Amino acid sequence: MPQAVVSVSHVSKQFGNLVAVDDISFDIEAGTTAALLGGNGAGKTTTLSMLLGLLLPTSGSIHVFGQDMLRDRYSVLPRMNFSSPYVDLPRRLTVRQNLSVYAGLYGLANPRARIERVAEELYLAELMDRPYGQLSAGQKTRVVIAKSLLNEPEMLLLDEPTASLDPDTADYVRGMLEKYKTRTGATILLASHNMSEVERLCDDVIMLRAGKIVDRGTPVGLLQRYGRQNMEEVFIDIARDRRIELGLDKKGKGK
Amino acid sequence: MNELLHPQAGFGASLRRVGAIVRRHIYLLRSSGPRILELVYWPTVQMVLWGFITVFLVNHSSWVAQASGVLISGVLLWDVLFRGQLGVSLVFMEEMWSRNLGHLFVSPLRPGELAAALLVMSLIRTLIGVGGAALIAIPLFHFSIFDIGLPLLAFFTNLIVMGWAIGLLVSGIVLRHGLGAESMAWIAIFAVQPISGVYYPIETLPVWLQYVAHILPSSHVFEGMRAVLFEGNFRTDLLVNALLLNAVYLSAGVAAFLAYFHVARVRGQLLHVGE
Repeated sequence: MPQAVVSVSHVSKQFGNLVAVDDISFDIEAGTTAALLGGNGAGKTTTLSMLLGLLLPTSGSIHVFGQDMLRDRYSVLPRMNFSSPYVDLPRRLTVRQNLSVYAGLYGLANPRARIERVAEELYLAELMDRPYGQLSAGQKTRVVIAKSLLNEPEMLLLDEPTASLDPDTADYVRGMLEKYKTRTGATILLASHNMSEVERLCDDVIMLRAGKIVDRGTPVGLLQRYGRQNMEEVFIDIARDRRIELGLDKKGKGK
Repeated sequence: MNELLHPQAGFGASLRRVGAIVRRHIYLLRSSGPRILELVYWPTVQMVLWGFITVFLVNHSSWVAQASGVLISGVLLWDVLFRGQLGVSLVFMEEMWSRNLGHLFVSPLRPGELAAALLVMSLIRTLIGVGGAALIAIPLFHFSIFDIGLPLLAFFTNLIVMGWAIGLLVSGIVLRHGLGAESMAWIAIFAVQPISGVYYPIETLPVWLQYVAHILPSSHVFEGMRAVLFEGNFRTDLLVNALLLNAVYLSAGVAAFLAYFHVARVRGQLLHVGE
């Protein structure tokens, strides 16, 4: 029986009167690459933040690797990592210094070798002694992804992992994530606006709108259900709430 | 267990994480001349100013003439308190300015470990800044604060601990209210300067304000400093008062920092750092 690495149960998050996430529940099985999809303000980043324990839910429970993220967060965090274009690294530190600091925070037993390996995988070797702040947006994204792979996480959370990357580099990063997953069997959860990325990488898609889960399935399953050619069209159908006119009920199932 | 990683629990693991944060800020200091200059600049300017005031007052004030180092000692020790607080607050704000908090707190770093790293960095920064000014005072004004001897260590310890407590409180306030509150780091400590008796005895204050002064560890330190300089007498009663008050202050500072961190997790301020 497949094991749930992430188990989210009736989680809500309110900021004052604003309900950012509204009673969502889902499991993610080990080895899955899952996507949280939704328009701006749908609750993707809020959900990711709660999964990481950066944000406390108003109600509900979150378990990662079977452990309660509210109570046992620090025994889970060494097995996870995170990358986001909206969180930066110190700009004056070189790439090597930044990676070395995070190697220390994660307690890498052989930091130098691991840093060299991750740098090689992400084509960072020539950038290692340059200050992070002097890199292009794409290079910075690669460094942050390198940071997120340092501890070889079993659970990787990626917020828009290829935003600001040119198509060639974005394709390389997707390939690298695929290889990483094949090699380690890691579970990956990503939030993305890039639908071709989701079609290529993910085998489970959770669609969010206004803080609620409005649909869920494999990319192929969602394409069939909505009768669309690509995930972008499915995304627009869900974002504009066209499910009823398409003959899909509230839970996204065909009538 | 991931074979790439050392064990994550225990004192050794904590020490490693604290060391990583300290290393991060040493890298930063090494890479930035203006930051190092800033450390030494203000304590030196203050020391020079009060040095010349001393040169003038020695001939015009019998009180200063009795212990010519009283003003320079005051300014250098005040800077221990100020730099101690600023060291904590500025190092914390460096993480906010670089929008790095989100990455730090998805790593196994505990907030208490970050606080410990801030204290270590504050100590390093204070030693560089005030130590530099104290060394410059020797050739410039023929005054060495190190002549105070062992009591200096007690004064330094108490003042930097009080600075840490206020620095942690200010860091928590900045985390809670955003970088719009960063000016607190520069001004908060000056609220206690007039009642700490840095340059004059506490008895100069109105009686009601003397009661307030007595709940500040700093006022006991500066009274103790004058006792050493004027009478050659090290007042252990004042030292004990300062130590006890500092135990309360530091506990309150740590508790405030952790409480503000909890609020930041409730309000989602660790990922979205701003004004």
